[in-house]
Amino acid sequence: MQKKHWTFRITGFRLLLILFVIAAVAISLYRFIFGLGSVTNLNDQWPWGLWIGFDLLCGIALAGGGFSTALIVHVLHKEKYLPIARAALLTSLIGYIIALVSLFLDIGRWYNFWRPFFFWGYHSVLFEVFWCISLYTTVQILEFGDIFFERVRFPSLKKILHATMPFWLIIGIVLPTLHQSSLGSLYVIAANRLNPLWWSMIIPFFFVWSAFFLGPAMVTIEGTLAARAYRREPELPVFSSLTSVTMWMMIVYFIVKVIDLNYRGVFSQAFNGSFESNMFLVEMIVFVLLPIVMYAVPSIRNKLWGVFTASVLVVAGVVFNRMNVVFTGMAQSAGGHYFPTDWEILVTIGMWSALVLIYCFVVENFPIMPKENLVSHESSMTAGQSVHM
Amino acid sequence: MGALVDITKCIGCESCVVACRLYNGLEPGQNEGYRTAQDGNTELAPNKWTVIQSHRTEKSEKQIRRFVKQQCFHCLEPACASACFAKALQKTPEGPVVYNEKLCVGCRYCMIACPFGILRFEWDKPFPRVLKCQMCLGRLADGQMPACASVCPTGAITFGERDKMVGEAKNRLTSNPDLYTGQIYGVKEAGGTSWLYISDVPFEQLGFRTNVPEKPIPEYTWQVLRWTPFIFVGWGALLTGMYLYTKRRAGVHEEEEMYAPVDDDGK
Ligand code: SF4
Ligand code: SF4
Repeated sequence: MQKKHWTFRITGFRLLLILFVIAAVAISLYRFIFGLGSVTNLNDQWPWGLWIGFDLLCGIALAGGGFSTALIVHVLHKEKYLPIARAALLTSLIGYIIALVSLFLDIGRWYNFWRPFFFWGYHSVLFEVFWCISLYTTVQILEFGDIFFERVRFPSLKKILHATMPFWLIIGIVLPTLHQSSLGSLYVIAANRLNPLWWSMIIPFFFVWSAFFLGPAMVTIEGTLAARAYRREPELPVFSSLTSVTMWMMIVYFIVKVIDLNYRGVFSQAFNGSFESNMFLVEMIVFVLLPIVMYAVPSIRNKLWGVFTASVLVVAGVVFNRMNVVFTGMAQSAGGHYFPTDWEILVTIGMWSALVLIYCFVVENFPIMPKENLVSHESSMTAGQSVHM
Repeated sequence: MGALVDITKCIGCESCVVACRLYNGLEPGQNEGYRTAQDGNTELAPNKWTVIQSHRTEKSEKQIRRFVKQQCFHCLEPACASACFAKALQKTPEGPVVYNEKLCVGCRYCMIACPFGILRFEWDKPFPRVLKCQMCLGRLADGQMPACASVCPTGAITFGERDKMVGEAKNRLTSNPDLYTGQIYGVKEAGGTSWLYISDVPFEQLGFRTNVPEKPIPEYTWQVLRWTPFIFVGWGALLTGMYLYTKRRAGVHEEEEMYAPVDDDGK
């Protein structure tokens, strides 16, 4: 079944993506020579902008699909979800690489990036984020190695990897749990700066929890898009049954959020009509309550359009939440003004284009997606059966 | 060490600003010239480690004007230093919070962390630094005061042991209760700072941040961070347990047989 050659067909759309990537590379080079101020609108009031807020915070959250499916499939051994496991791992890995690249673009003294490995600023949340992300990316590369060596034959290495895989899988869940939450903890220090609707001592919990429930939704979107692009049958039964994970976790999320607001005595601030309160209400109603309802109704969740739309809401909601933390919630204390320049936006588009291109290349050249004719091989295919029930 | 700024005594002459510039060799930028508080407020910048800001406000129904010296507060437990993962910002035992550009990565997390919004970044340099007042570290080592404090012609800045400065501030408040507001800014803010202010006008009218928590900012972070090792070990153990438990019940499957590369032409 091995293909002999590496394949990558260039279509018009892919050409466009490649152009975006080239533009992003050019802008990044310019930024490295002339400084951050030359391409970004960042300033002393707004030291973190689009690249950190969107590419890093959201990128990492969106890559949450990797660790939640790893937990569901490989630790809880819910084998019926196997068909989506590899694709989820792949998206997650690429997401992390994107996040690391944008971090590298964003740090001013990038030749110093290795320092935190040696100068232990362990009292800093960023220290934990930095270590966990670097280690987890490495672990994901190892996990992916298992797949890589199915295409590129290297039996001895593959054997070692395979034998140690349970260890990597577990580390590969612990690390992202820690740093998804510590991305939230980054803002604990902004005690008097982040609006109380978002600032909380348990913001780390909200971050890791939402990164987790976002996973299945992300898998649904990605699976549906991939199925469409490659004219395959979408794994609808898998998607529908995953919704219960997301739904219950979102219900818990919502309840804890309300309790937390009450506990800190800022519940009424959600309704005081300010810009912040409106953004908060939109976040809660449109992006939390609405998808919960859509997932709860069987006639919606069992249809592809329904599960897809609800999942888009969930994913958009997590992005919306992160943006609220980075921008809306900080606006009042920061003063000043920030809106990304066209250059910043182009770099972001370029990076996400790179993600799509890499994804396509890997899927077309490595065994990531389940075989279509799975059912006919019934003998060894316990997983296949449950998928096509 | 610490400094006490008596806002009632400041006349806005900006001698301190000039002294800071000369001692630290801070060149004004192009087209920037020497703007003063009289021309309108200037903000802290990479090459302005202290500035005087003027505030117009009302007192006993009269229009008045007050001058506020701004610089790093040199917190007793600095949020910026606790946020820095490269140890580029550190608190020295004598009091100054100092920056070491050799270690800095330029991530700007310190800027998010500082509750007073003090730090400034060199946005236009390829290898930018994060700059702020260093409390004239070299002068302190020679037993001198910071440049700004040494030149103040009106005695608006007093410099010495922080405890003595707190005592001095309390003295002035009690001996002249009609003049001062009774609050010392910097005693409790962010767990205490090395720069203290007293004033005859409420601080919120003078552009001070009055919502700074009294708890030292690094403590918030630490309350969260200290759980890390427990989560690491506990969650890891739980996962391993679940892994082993569910593995026994799971069917055997041939993973390798399951997947294949997809065809890009949609066949
Ligand atoms: S005022 Fe800001 S920059 Fe100065 S020591 Fe405190 S936290 Fe650091
Ligand atoms: S910008 Fe430099 S000083 Fe500030 S936190 Fe990052 S590494 Fe530390």
